[in-house]
Amino acid sequence: MPRAGSNVSLAERAYRIRRHAVRMGEVQGQGYVGQALGVADVLAVAYFHALRYRPDDTQWEGRDRFLLSIGHYAIALYAALIEAGVLPEEELETYGTDDSRMPMSGMAAYTPGMEITGGSLGHGLGIAVGMCLGLKRKQSDSFVYNLLSDGELGEGSTWEAAMSAAHHKLDNLIAIVDFNNQQADGQSTATLSSEPVTDKFEAFGWHAQRVDGNDIEAVRAAFDIAKALKEPRPRVIVCDTLMAKGVPFLEARDITHFIRVEPHEWALALEALEKGRPQ
Amino acid sequence: MRLSKFAPRQAIKAGERKTTSAMIASIAADGVATRNAPFGHTLARLAHRRPGIVGLTADLAKYTDLHVFAQEHPDRFYQMGMAEQVLMSAAAGLAREGFTPFATTYAVFASRRAYDFICMAIAEENLDVKIVCALPGLTTGYGPSHQATEDIAIFRGLPNLTIIDPCDALDVEQATEAITDHKGPVYMRLLRGKVPVVLDSYGYQFQIGKARLLRHGSDVLFISSGLMTMRVLEAAKALEADRIGCAVMHVPTIKPLDAEAIRTAARQSGRMVVVAENHTIIGGLGEGVAALLMREGVTQVFRQIALPDEFLDAGALPTLHDRYGISTAEIVRRIREWTE
Repeated sequence: MPRAGSNVSLAERAYRIRRHAVRMGEVQGQGYVGQALGVADVLAVAYFHALRYRPDDTQWEGRDRFLLSIGHYAIALYAALIEAGVLPEEELETYGTDDSRMPMSGMAAYTPGMEITGGSLGHGLGIAVGMCLGLKRKQSDSFVYNLLSDGELGEGSTWEAAMSAAHHKLDNLIAIVDFNNQQADGQSTATLSSEPVTDKFEAFGWHAQRVDGNDIEAVRAAFDIAKALKEPRPRVIVCDTLMAKGVPFLEARDITHFIRVEPHEWALALEALEKGRPQ
Repeated sequence: MRLSKFAPRQAIKAGERKTTSAMIASIAADGVATRNAPFGHTLARLAHRRPGIVGLTADLAKYTDLHVFAQEHPDRFYQMGMAEQVLMSAAAGLAREGFTPFATTYAVFASRRAYDFICMAIAEENLDVKIVCALPGLTTGYGPSHQATEDIAIFRGLPNLTIIDPCDALDVEQATEAITDHKGPVYMRLLRGKVPVVLDSYGYQFQIGKARLLRHGSDVLFISSGLMTMRVLEAAKALEADRIGCAVMHVPTIKPLDAEAIRTAARQSGRMVVVAENHTIIGGLGEGVAALLMREGVTQVFRQIALPDEFLDAGALPTLHDRYGISTAEIVRRIREWTE
């Protein structure tokens, strides 16, 4: 459960998640910071509005499961887990270093709160199908969330899993697609287009929504609808996000999949975030 | 000499024709006792006292004997459809939630199509998923699409994964129970349908990681797995007439290998070591044993009976087993040749 009595706004949570991520990027001098900045608002809503969890007991049976299939987004999830109190903030200094609990790519065995090993894209949704079946066997009311990327929709296994989830009527599954329209070789829509993406999910039998993933209120409303829906179908929320959101000089860069940031720019990025910090 | 694959064939008279290319062919020799669906019946029985067991298949329940389990425990059976990637990742998800999933398909589809999912979703996480696959090696005449001649080569390099290649119905039954109790991922090659019963007369008991010496003999030591253990036992009997004494060591666990038993048996001087496997000569039990013996400094005359490094023909299974040297008659012929 998000920390009781907290009156910190979701916008402030998102700001702090971004700041944690930039500080981790600074440790390594590189990283998938653009993705972390882009998806921070979605993670703020997930971890401080939607998910049920206990920061001090990441294996608690009653938790909602949050599966990160896109392992390279680990920096973003670490930032959210730090903000959620699962990981101590000091530990971000170890990001990506030898023997750290926070390796560059998310792995279940390394990090509390990292449910699965990601990295080989197209695995998360299938694992989510099995976990949803298992939770139903146990008559649990927990949800399984799976954060995917738009690039990951190119993997055929994602669609096997999508078909399977609908066939098995997995109404405890909520997929989130971070649609930032970037992947390793360029724009996702120019590399292998998944558009029209909500039509595809609907045709597969899903309840689909598409929102501005950097509009916290819109994201919150979409999570609420997905959770409250009574239809026996899996749900997807496609979130259009802007890579590097919150740091204008990085937003403006053409190739943002793996951002090159000069040593002096990390401080500038933190300053830019501070400027946009909610009052 | 065989015809080119593309040359026109002469018609064969009806009475001379062997049944060809059936997907499922029996491996039982005439007159051998068999048991039906040993895996399916054993799993269905175990499931009564193991509530965590669930079964999943990719449209091959009937062809992997999982239908027996499905009929007895319909609410614990998941039909995943023709989708091996989600079959494996969903099995991983169920294991994460504390269940013991048995996922079945053909060996070709598990090893070739679903490898990454077995690797990263199951083995890397050391999850309790049991992958049980029919048509291992050359057990169908259907052609390379269904002949898993290299499944062990593919899986042997995978950390955490235990690999089982049972010989007969008894072995399948005992191995099914043993892998259920074992914590961690397992790949088991399945003999399905009417499966011969052979090992009952050898006081045999399956144990994960243990090789068993089934027969003594002073000239040849067969080291074998899977259905090839049946074949070398038959060959060993036939070779008695030639006064060639053949020992047989059955190695149903391909990984981890029982190094101690294999080393001890192979050290006995004056015995040729012959590894027999229903698998390509590359990357299977033969190479595993060879490397083990080299590492241990055991130098004996060493031979392999295995499938060639080729895509194999379609045809009747007995024809193909003769053609590729894994029939009893071919084993006998080659041992005579090697011991001349």
